[in-house]
Amino acid sequence: MPIGILLWCMFALLALALAAICIATRRYATPILYAASALICGVALFTASVNLIAGSPATLAFPLGLPWIGAHFRLDALSSFFLVIVNLGAMAASLYGIGYGQHESAPARVLPFFPAFLAGMNLVLMADDAFTFLLSWEFMSLASWALVMAHHRAPETMRAGYVYILMASAGTFALLLAFGLLAGPDGSYGFAAIRASHPTPLLAALVLLLALVGAGSKAGLVPLHVWLPLAHPAAPSHVSALMSGVMTKVAIYAFIRIVFDLLGPPQWWWGIVVLMLGGASALMGVLYALFQTDLKRVLAYSTIENIGFIFVGLGLALAFRADGFEAAAALALTAALFHAFNHSLLKSLLFFGSGAVLTATGQRDMDALGGLIHRMPITAFAVLAGCFGISALPPFNAFASEWLTFQAILLSPELPQWGLKLVVPAVGALLALSVALAAACFVRLFGITFLGRARTAAVASAHEADKFSLSAMLALATFCLLAGIFPGFVIDAIGPVIQDVIGAHMPTQASVPWLSIVPIAQSRSSYNGLLVFVFIAMSAAMTATAIHILASRKTRRSPIWDGGFPDASPVLQYSANSFAQPIRRVFGAILFRAREEIAMPPPGDMSPARLQIHLQDIIWDVLYVPIASAVGFVADRLNIFQFLTIRRYLSLVFVALVTLLLVLAIWR
Amino acid sequence: MHGIDFDIAHLLAGSLVLVSFMMLYQDRLYALLNIYALHAVVLSLSVGWQAHIQDAPHLFITASIALLFKAIFIPIVLHRMIVKLGIHREIEAVGSIGLTMLVGIGLVGLSLAVMLKVTAGADLVAREDIAFALSVVLLGLLIMVTRRNAVSQVVGFMSLENGLVLAATGAKGMPLVVEISVAFSVLIAFIVIGIFLFRIRERFDTVDVRALDRFRGEQR
Repeated sequence: MPIGILLWCMFALLALALAAICIATRRYATPILYAASALICGVALFTASVNLIAGSPATLAFPLGLPWIGAHFRLDALSSFFLVIVNLGAMAASLYGIGYGQHESAPARVLPFFPAFLAGMNLVLMADDAFTFLLSWEFMSLASWALVMAHHRAPETMRAGYVYILMASAGTFALLLAFGLLAGPDGSYGFAAIRASHPTPLLAALVLLLALVGAGSKAGLVPLHVWLPLAHPAAPSHVSALMSGVMTKVAIYAFIRIVFDLLGPPQWWWGIVVLMLGGASALMGVLYALFQTDLKRVLAYSTIENIGFIFVGLGLALAFRADGFEAAAALALTAALFHAFNHSLLKSLLFFGSGAVLTATGQRDMDALGGLIHRMPITAFAVLAGCFGISALPPFNAFASEWLTFQAILLSPELPQWGLKLVVPAVGALLALSVALAAACFVRLFGITFLGRARTAAVASAHEADKFSLSAMLALATFCLLAGIFPGFVIDAIGPVIQDVIGAHMPTQASVPWLSIVPIAQSRSSYNGLLVFVFIAMSAAMTATAIHILASRKTRRSPIWDGGFPDASPVLQYSANSFAQPIRRVFGAILFRAREEIAMPPPGDMSPARLQIHLQDIIWDVLYVPIASAVGFVADRLNIFQFLTIRRYLSLVFVALVTLLLVLAIWR
Repeated sequence: MHGIDFDIAHLLAGSLVLVSFMMLYQDRLYALLNIYALHAVVLSLSVGWQAHIQDAPHLFITASIALLFKAIFIPIVLHRMIVKLGIHREIEAVGSIGLTMLVGIGLVGLSLAVMLKVTAGADLVAREDIAFALSVVLLGLLIMVTRRNAVSQVVGFMSLENGLVLAATGAKGMPLVVEISVAFSVLIAFIVIGIFLFRIRERFDTVDVRALDRFRGEQR
């Protein structure tokens, strides 16, 4: 029984967390614990994949938790699919951790929470009542918070942890309210009972908004994304990979579970809300990413962009479903889930790569790196594959999923509402723009970090990562390539999920000849990853051969021009900020109030003039600063209540009691 | 259940409220303690009458607990404590008596208005009893709020407990456990607050709780 095996796995992970508390300081603890968690996640991954392909929904109830509710677990296609994502990422992160964890300065702060975090994410996916769901959700949040705070002495980590725990609490609170509304006055917190009830349109809209706040804040939807670029880089790199690649997918799951499964039939305008938030996230995320120089922050912001992409898919699915276009809804949801899967692989891979660079050089700032392709060739190769993938270049996986999203967008003229007819193409344009900018962003990331020449001495003497880390990265890169070459199999694997959620699914792709994928009809569009791959491989090989034969035997004298480097100093190379300058000037002037300033030294000072760049985060200034100052104001006013005399406290109780009685007397 | 049974139950519960009013304006500690003893005697009479008309012999136990502990034991011990603390001559400012009484009358009116509405379908005796009990509870709170001396706050708290006992016994079928627990909670509160009083006294040479505020640097 798969659900039993999976729950045993979670039990094992929790036991591992307890064991880690006892032995975390020993030297042998790191490899043993990570290997054990990789093994457990492997078992869970296998069980979930088998269940996804050929499984029927199963439920299991434990007499734990609240007395009259208990703890209910359920395993259906949707949770199986997300269990595959979570456990694949978790397994890779554990494998990576075997090597990466050796460099950890405080393993006792990471080892116990790592398996607990994995267990929390898995339990969220299997929960079948609101209480278990929220408990697991909060457990996941707190475990990840503890991991973020692993290196808690750094001031930016403290700030990150503070912002994260605030946003996580607010998100959980929103979900709590959403489930409260769904459960209704009878307090039926089981998902089966919630599914059977039908909320009024107003109530359903409220639940949608609360789910957007709750799941969106965890996923990193603009404008609830502020914690993400702070917290994800602060954690150890394999945890960053999990948080960015996997935990955001748990949030997507929560959104799908609530809005598609529990909430009943959607209204057409729900799609507009989700689409607009998704489009804004995609564009803002990638613009933010372009202006960062911290490697891990770039990746965190890129997560926001991809989450936006996924939410656009979800919004399209909602819109199509509300209007009864089951097939189109199936296409959009497939695209969203496929992209979620791809992004979990790609973002884990890229965070692993940044972790390898961080261990080798001690640097996260791109402007201090450079030329690492010579020192870390295999890491560079894996990261290059990840950059190809996340820039949506064929034949990698993200191309297939983003292409499917655009296919769904192209179906929008069939929608009857003018609101949707207008919004969907606009969001499509936003997506197209953000895909192009993402490509620029990752050209910049790879080029500044791995190409050119080393900018600091530590980088020049960097060493290649250990073989566990490398194997984790290469495995993920292979998965990315395979999913890109054979997207049809992934789409077919997602089929049961879509059938469950929408009630229809995309045509089976395995039967299409030559491994093409045909989302709607052969006459409209088709894509063949294998063909593209073969073409690219062959043309690249032919070009390389031609160059080799024709060019490289000739001895050439180098010209005086020096290949663009007249001075030998590496400072003169293209830097991360200079690469982003054109885009910053075009987009940043309004959205980020970007200003460039030349700081001249005072007369007589021989130091060079510096170009300074000032960016302002408008969302932070407009949305969060007023909230923070309002809370601070109210807290200051309420502070006196902490220092009252006993009599005044008694009087307060007395007055409160009398007031309540008065209300009762008047109101009844 | 009409006639003399109901009338006497009503009379006793009403007397309890009346005695609570008497406690409100006592500015000497001895007088306050004596009135509290009277309060407990009226309570035990009321509970005893309830035991008689409800035909529930276990309520007699509650009545005797009230008589022995609350009407005799606790007042005697508090008397001694006051002598030991040397505050038996102190006169406590209770604020304007007229105003306190008016507030008390308002509270009784409020509790009657609330309880008679809320318990519309319930047994007549229980309704009256619970309404009076709520008045006694509110008056006990009012005593606690208007006093500065820790001993009189303790007395106010215990008269509040008496109101709870009245409520618990007024309804039919309330198990004995409730009464015992209430009695014990009073006892424990009495012991704890007694010890607390001596600790305050040891440290500050007074049982005026303003001393605590001064100690926290909060002169108000």
